Amino acid sequence: MSDSDPHITLYRLQACPFCERVVRVLDELDLPYRSRFVEPMHADRNVVKRVSGKRSVPAIVDENTGVKMSESANIVEYLTKTYGDGGVA
Amino acid sequence: MVDFEVVSLPETDHPTVGEIAPDFTRPLVNEEYWEDASLSSIVADGPTLLVFHPMDGAFPTTYIWKEIDERGFAADVQVVGVSISSPYEHKELLKERAADARLFSDPTAEVAAAYDVEHDLDGMAGVTEHRPAVFLLDEERTIQYAWVAGEWPEFPAYDEIAAAIDDHV
Repeated sequence: MSDSDPHITLYRLQACPFCERVVRVLDELDLPYRSRFVEPMHADRNVVKRVSGKRSVPAIVDENTGVKMSESANIVEYLTKTYGDGGVA
Repeated sequence: MVDFEVVSLPETDHPTVGEIAPDFTRPLVNEEYWEDASLSSIVADGPTLLVFHPMDGAFPTTYIWKEIDERGFAADVQVVGVSISSPYEHKELLKERAADARLFSDPTAEVAAAYDVEHDLDGMAGVTEHRPAVFLLDEERTIQYAWVAGEWPEFPAYDEIAAAIDDHV
């Protein structure tokens, strides 16, 4: 990708509310991210398993910190702690 | 050959050899996921065969990918398709054929307009898709070879494409 290559990749499913929750936080924190959409069928999500260890979405990969994680609550907490006011990054 | 006149498509002012292929960004589908990608970011990785085709499921689409697979173009160049079909349909197509290819989803056919390869489908109100067309691009998006269907249906000149790949890659 030429567009400044965001450090954060979000694996998401179209219309998945947990994914939208993460998107909202990414937008609030003004973090650029790349969206990779996967299929509704769990079995067809090998790429997500490869990057996060699980087939569930949302999952994020943050090349800035090397963090790979799934579960929206965990991701929101991570993003807020890392990039929110007083965050470490 | 058939003993009646095949439907001719209108003249086109498509980009041709020596010109820079118009850049665009659309969801690009591989076997695992899709993400927005620009043509320029793809061609930067190497010579690219850009294949416009009718919607996934139409028999010309099946024939075109079957032939591209059999000729193994993907072994020598990056192969990317473009149609109006959704990423979900592209994923199904990639399960069956178009080995090692990636497929752009262009539902509004604006990319077809940029290349002047639009095809307003008779009998499908409101549906404009891409007429079959093939462009061989170098890393700067310069067109090395161009073929655009002049009849409906018409199939790419595969031997010419193979020769163009041999000449330029």
